Amino acid sequence: MHVTQGTFSYLPPLSDEQIRAQVQYALDNYWPVSVEFTDDPHPRNFLWEMWDVPMFDMLDAAAVLMEVSRCREAHPDIYVRVNAYDRRLGRQTTALSFIVQRPAHEPGFRLERQESHDRTVRYTLHPYALDRPAGERYGR
Amino acid sequence: MPETNGNGHGESRWASGVIPYRTMGYWMPDYVPKDTDVLCCFRVTPQPGVEPEEAAAAVAGESSTATWTVVWTDRLTAYEHYQAKAYRVEPVPNAPGQYLAWIAYDIDLFEEGSIANLTSSIIGNVFGFKALRALRLEDMRIPEPYVKTFQGPPHGIVIEREYLNKFGRPLLGATTKPKLGLSARNYGRVVYEALRGGLDFTKDDENINSQPFMRWRDRSLASMEAVNKAMAETGEIKGHYLNVTAASMEEMYERAEFARDLGSIIVMMDLTVGYTAMTSMSRWARRNGVLLHLHRAGHSTFTRQKTHGVSFRVLAKWCRLLGVDHIHAGTVVGKLEGDPDMVRGYYDTCRLDHVEANLMHGIQFAQDWASMPGVMPVASGGIHAGQAHELLHHLGEDTVLQFGGGTIGHPMGIAAGATANRTAVELMIQARNEGRDVLRDGPYLLRKAGRWCTPLRAAIDVWGDITFNYESTDTPDVVATPTAL
Repeated sequence: MHVTQGTFSYLPPLSDEQIRAQVQYALDNYWPVSVEFTDDPHPRNFLWEMWDVPMFDMLDAAAVLMEVSRCREAHPDIYVRVNAYDRRLGRQTTALSFIVQRPAHEPGFRLERQESHDRTVRYTLHPYALDRPAGERYGR
Repeated sequence: MPETNGNGHGESRWASGVIPYRTMGYWMPDYVPKDTDVLCCFRVTPQPGVEPEEAAAAVAGESSTATWTVVWTDRLTAYEHYQAKAYRVEPVPNAPGQYLAWIAYDIDLFEEGSIANLTSSIIGNVFGFKALRALRLEDMRIPEPYVKTFQGPPHGIVIEREYLNKFGRPLLGATTKPKLGLSARNYGRVVYEALRGGLDFTKDDENINSQPFMRWRDRSLASMEAVNKAMAETGEIKGHYLNVTAASMEEMYERAEFARDLGSIIVMMDLTVGYTAMTSMSRWARRNGVLLHLHRAGHSTFTRQKTHGVSFRVLAKWCRLLGVDHIHAGTVVGKLEGDPDMVRGYYDTCRLDHVEANLMHGIQFAQDWASMPGVMPVASGGIHAGQAHELLHHLGEDTVLQFGGGTIGHPMGIAAGATANRTAVELMIQARNEGRDVLRDGPYLLRKAGRWCTPLRAAIDVWGDITFNYESTDTPDVVATPTAL
């Protein structure tokens, strides 16, 4: 199973040079970059953990890439993504978001169906990884 | 003392009988429009012998207070305030017999928040007026105080992206095909394959409502099973636009509530339901946290021909005001009408907070949207993966690219078709962000990626040479000329 959240999930994994180019594009647009990680890939989990606060004053793509590497080293077995943020009036939201590291094995999701009245069904997605406590979900 | 019109004709404004509209105060060439006026630009084709100023005044009159003859009851009102004023007329370049007429309407003529009322005035009786051979509403400036009386999109582009957790690329969709005849179970199959293969959305077609071969309730159940299964396969938020168009508002609400209760993030409706029904659905969608997609079924009956009807840019404005999250707005490269410059104007009208006047794009008036959220324009009809570079170039990133045939007709199957489309779009975004000229290098990059993405290679092999190069019927009147520096 391959979680396809984020732009570029249908491309081969990005090299560091390719990540740097995307970061440069963000910086050229005055979009500060942030790094986030999670071991809960539920698609409605938008609150990934922050690797420090967004790098509002970091204008050097190589320095941003170092933070990406530090995050990946600290959390080698889970999801890491890079976000670019557009604070302009009328946007004030994420402008670009892509995964730069994923677990070696992605167990996927269980689709739970609660059969209800008149043939209706209530659906719930359950990531198999969440069967284990935080910090013990992937790898090692 | 009798009031006279002051234009030298000398006849009394109030004598019983029929007098020219322009002598009744509907032609005021020195009028300076107020910031609060609704402004319209009409393309007027007068009958032979009718002066353009008189035709313009007649449009102003018939779309505001006038009737065909003088009525003394006007004198019970502050009629100067309520009369629309034609203030400018110019011949259309290279179109003999056609004129552009600019008309100002006081904001008091219109009910707050009602597109039905606005359109009953401005495109009401006047379009059948005998003294005109043809009439087209080219553009409209909605003053900010009037904009603020409308709800606008239930969610808008930003909130839609946050709901979906998808940023930095066009969204991808497909309309289920064949349009008619699939049973609910077969329908669910198409939805599932397209979504698991990489699309974000699938869509009911405009004429899928509740027919003998598939009733709405069965379609809803089958589609939501497919959506949720595809979400489990990909770990992504997915949606299917369940079409809630029906014969009555009560039935539309019933279908929309069922979709909501099944967990659908989006519903759709057709333009054919009318402005009031669309406004009601918009309020429902805001209240219930469900995205609202609009299919512009029927619009070409009045938007396509240049001399008569209403420009799509005006319809797009009305739909942004009454409030939809998605609207079909043209593809440029696909099978349906759409000059690139005109389409650019439609997309700007949907998405920007401030739109400058731009005659090349058909935009006659600057328009401020007063922070009203943008509508996601949808490109649908005859597009495929091999055009990803052109689509990104013409339409940008805040759009839904809908590859119906271009997904479902893929030689390796529906899921492979979806993967080809998603891969092509992500490739173009990556290349553009890296600073490449995607319009030039796109075809090469797509072919090159075909080496590791078999579905993409197959898509380009089948459709790579398919284009729809027909002359547009709705084009700008001005031609681009080099500006001297």
